[in-house]
Amino acid sequence: MAVNVVMPQLGETITEGTITRWLKKVGDWVGKYEPVVEVNTDKVDVEVPSPEAGYLREIRVSEGMTVAVGEVLAVLEEAEAGEKKEAVAVAAPEGAAEPAGRARATPRVRKFARDHGVDLERVSGSGPGGRITEEDVQAYLSAWQPPRAAPAAPETVGPEQEVEILPVTPVRRTIAQRMAQSAFSAPHAWLSMEADVSALVRLRDGMKEEFRRREGVDLTYVPFVIKAATEALREHPILNSAWSEEGIVLKKRIHIGVAVGVEEGLVVPVIRDADQLSISGLTHAVQKLTDRARAGRLALEDVQGGTFTVNNTGAFGSQVSMPIINPGQAAIVSMEAVVKKPVVVGDAIAIRHMLNLCLSFDHRVLDGSSAGGFLQAMKKRLEAMGPDMSLY
Amino acid sequence: MVVVKESPGALGLTEGDLIEMYYKVVLSRALSARMWILNRMGRAPFAITGDGHEVAQVASAFNLKPGKDWVVPYYRDQGVVLTVGMTPRDMMLGLLAKAADPSSGGRQMPSHFGHAGLRIVTGSSPVATQIPHAVGIALASKLRGEKDATIVYFGDGATSKGDFHEGLNFAGVHRLPVVFFCENNGYAISVPLKKQMAIAQVSQRAVGYGFPGVTVDGNDPLAVYAASKEALERARAGEGPTLIEAVVQRLVPHSSDDDQRRYRSQEEIEAGKLADPIPRFKAYLEAQGLLTAEQNEEINKRAAKEVDDATDFAEKSPYPEPGDALTRVYGSEG
Amino acid sequence: MATKTVIEALRDALHEEMQRDQRVLVMGEDVEEGGVFRATEGLLGDFGPGRIIDTPLAESMIVGVAIGAALNGMRPVAEIQFADFIHPAMDQIVSEAARMRYRSNGAFSCPMVIRAPSGGGIHGALYHSQNVEALFAHVPGLKVVAPSTPYDVAGLLKAAIRDDDPVLFFEHKKTYRSIKGEVPEEDYVVPIGKANVVRQGKDLSIFTYGLAVHQCLEAAEALAQEVSVEVVDLRTLAPLDKEAILESVRKTGKALIVHEDNLTGGIGGEVAAIIAEEAFDYLDGPILRLAMPDVPAVPYSPPLEEYCLLNPEKITAAIRKLAGY
Repeated sequence: MAVNVVMPQLGETITEGTITRWLKKVGDWVGKYEPVVEVNTDKVDVEVPSPEAGYLREIRVSEGMTVAVGEVLAVLEEAEAGEKKEAVAVAAPEGAAEPAGRARATPRVRKFARDHGVDLERVSGSGPGGRITEEDVQAYLSAWQPPRAAPAAPETVGPEQEVEILPVTPVRRTIAQRMAQSAFSAPHAWLSMEADVSALVRLRDGMKEEFRRREGVDLTYVPFVIKAATEALREHPILNSAWSEEGIVLKKRIHIGVAVGVEEGLVVPVIRDADQLSISGLTHAVQKLTDRARAGRLALEDVQGGTFTVNNTGAFGSQVSMPIINPGQAAIVSMEAVVKKPVVVGDAIAIRHMLNLCLSFDHRVLDGSSAGGFLQAMKKRLEAMGPDMSLY
Repeated sequence: MVVVKESPGALGLTEGDLIEMYYKVVLSRALSARMWILNRMGRAPFAITGDGHEVAQVASAFNLKPGKDWVVPYYRDQGVVLTVGMTPRDMMLGLLAKAADPSSGGRQMPSHFGHAGLRIVTGSSPVATQIPHAVGIALASKLRGEKDATIVYFGDGATSKGDFHEGLNFAGVHRLPVVFFCENNGYAISVPLKKQMAIAQVSQRAVGYGFPGVTVDGNDPLAVYAASKEALERARAGEGPTLIEAVVQRLVPHSSDDDQRRYRSQEEIEAGKLADPIPRFKAYLEAQGLLTAEQNEEINKRAAKEVDDATDFAEKSPYPEPGDALTRVYGSEG
Repeated sequence: MATKTVIEALRDALHEEMQRDQRVLVMGEDVEEGGVFRATEGLLGDFGPGRIIDTPLAESMIVGVAIGAALNGMRPVAEIQFADFIHPAMDQIVSEAARMRYRSNGAFSCPMVIRAPSGGGIHGALYHSQNVEALFAHVPGLKVVAPSTPYDVAGLLKAAIRDDDPVLFFEHKKTYRSIKGEVPEEDYVVPIGKANVVRQGKDLSIFTYGLAVHQCLEAAEALAQEVSVEVVDLRTLAPLDKEAILESVRKTGKALIVHEDNLTGGIGGEVAAIIAEEAFDYLDGPILRLAMPDVPAVPYSPPLEEYCLLNPEKITAAIRKLAGY
């Protein structure tokens, strides 16, 4: 229990006193009635005794200061004699003194925690001076256990008992927050086009064995769609941008985010300068990022800086989808499943492999015609990809 | 002191030329009067003019080939720039710091003249820094074998600056086609000539740099014209620099931020007014039968009209956009 | 490709530019006989006294006359014999050259280069060792470069000569003969305003320029097993390559700025402020600066000189300190 040491009334007409010397320092044990501080008034000099026994936790008035009678000079923590605790941790560790009440972490670590929905107050620090490092936050994330849902006290019988609350991981919470942020701040508009990828299918079918053998990874349609996207972005740079209050921020480089489903939800690692990679290069880049994402080993820079996103909804059989734009970008394209269907070619019916491209875009930055132009460019390129295309 | 006895004809001047010179002098004075009025009315925060220098300025500049010869003036040289081709509107736009001000787009204080097309070189406020620039310009002309001359103007105070001595020295060593023209009005703000130099005449400095120096009566248009003509011809002929000192009166305070009554006696100021070159020029023209009362009246009216037009035009002209303050720092971003 | 020292690269680049552009002039003290550091050796013979001009001993005039020549269509390269002697020309550089375009609202401009050997380590003491770049980097209208390799010296000199604005070109005199490198035969420029990552790293970024670049590389190599250090050669001090600085800090989270110039008011403060303002969330440690102590200049006596100047050992100590945060 905290106990105050106050400026005593040292005589009838005394109204204030000056601290001349502290006889104890913070952390010291003080016995009951033991002198704590020397005080001077214009009548007398006295030593002020402590009202209780305990540890001096805080000195509020320094030597030389004058205060009114009744003012708190110091605060004691009551304790039994013999209960001497060692090293009451009041001094800041060597290194910068942190403001009281703030978790000790550098700006980089704070941002990392913020991005992953981690409350730093709950993380213990292993760095110098008890500082929380990025590794500490990572460790917290991997060790995070959902709290066991407390069995609801069955006081009332009713509909409440028919639901189960699934606790949410920090990652899921962050995803939810960012999805909501994007959906509610950017006015989403949506456009879709079909591309005839029969030649591309032939290319892939013809190359996939050899590619697997040579490169050690599977050849999917994903790198082809990414390539079509980067080339279309070169032609329509307004899609490689973001809305800001100062104006539309046109990004000069193309960093493609590729949505990857992991156990906890969706992450979007980024292939930097994707326009400079070949099909083979893109395949490897996607594979590497996917592997890292699934192993939970994505670094901060892997998920930052994306300028446009490609979403492979076709992987789970979707034919039409309306993706949500990643905050900080102006558009996102979904590649749906490649489906064989009857289409009109000339005036006859033919069987072709068709791929739907679904583009969600930020209507503050783009309108239908620029979005349409972009998607047309993607479609054109995909339809031109065939067995004579080089993968390198 | 050189006194010129040549007639205008011998100098190549026609009657029309003399009247033209006179008009420019009258116009410059009229513009100046308007500037002081606007300043005292609170409509122009700053004014600095060359009252008393006009004849020396116009007569010397009359020799120049506008747009070919390089002109490096200082802040009193309104008479020079009007003669070379700047207009009363240009002067007023500069006074009121409007966007269309050709000298600086309103960025500089008034009377910091500059005009790329007329080869009038932009100047700054620190005194004499323009002298090495003129020397460098003349160097480039000479290296390219061009016949253009450069003339640089400055006051008596400037001749104490290092830049004056360093510039003249370089010009002398390399025999450059540059004319150094000092308008000596006996004051650098409040500091009188005898505290500025230990010699009697600025022109005496030239011998230290290896070229001729000449002092002329700055109120005598023919003397000034003759001295400038000779100096420019020397320059064009590859004979090197000349230092011309034109002795003039400063009939106004240094600038609108100066009160010269604090350091010049009333007698001195009155005496100065008596030595005003404009009435003297007028008297000369009248004596030669070149200026009737009606013609004089007409000249004054014309000047007044130009001044009114210039003032009106500049007052209606827009200010620069605030964001313009960020432009023209580097070439790459305009 | 040819291997050249810094001074050879400088001289050859100057020669190439003078050949390429008739408007390029060289002026300064002793330039006709080749210059006290031999930067202009042989140029008089090749181009004649109309283009290589010995000036009287007056720095303000050297710059002022160069300004005039630049106003009248030339591209002068003015040499100030030692950066320590540039101070008389301060008025002409700061009040005149830097402001020519701005004050005339674009009507006049000043395409010139002012070259000066700067830096210590050659027993030059107070008046042959100064680093003055910070004084000029502070002035809008000027560009300031400080290359330290033969490739950069040649490429930046060409860029500076071709630039339409006044450029201050500071060569570290200790690199003149001691640093060698490859210089391509064909024409190329190093753009002004672009830094160069001379060593990639993951744990800590060093931002530096001049002779210190080489000392930092040595220090980084020595610690290669302990810390992965990225070394960024700023090359241009005004305008700073902000994007390169921020990109490096975003990657490593730790920033150490190293320069031979005095600590207070040096370029390091500016780089640190930029990082703090724009990469705050990426910092994993305080921004540190390592520089010469705040004394008026490098003293002459060897123990004094050594105490004041940078060396790889001081740099490794600073790296360790920051890496351990």
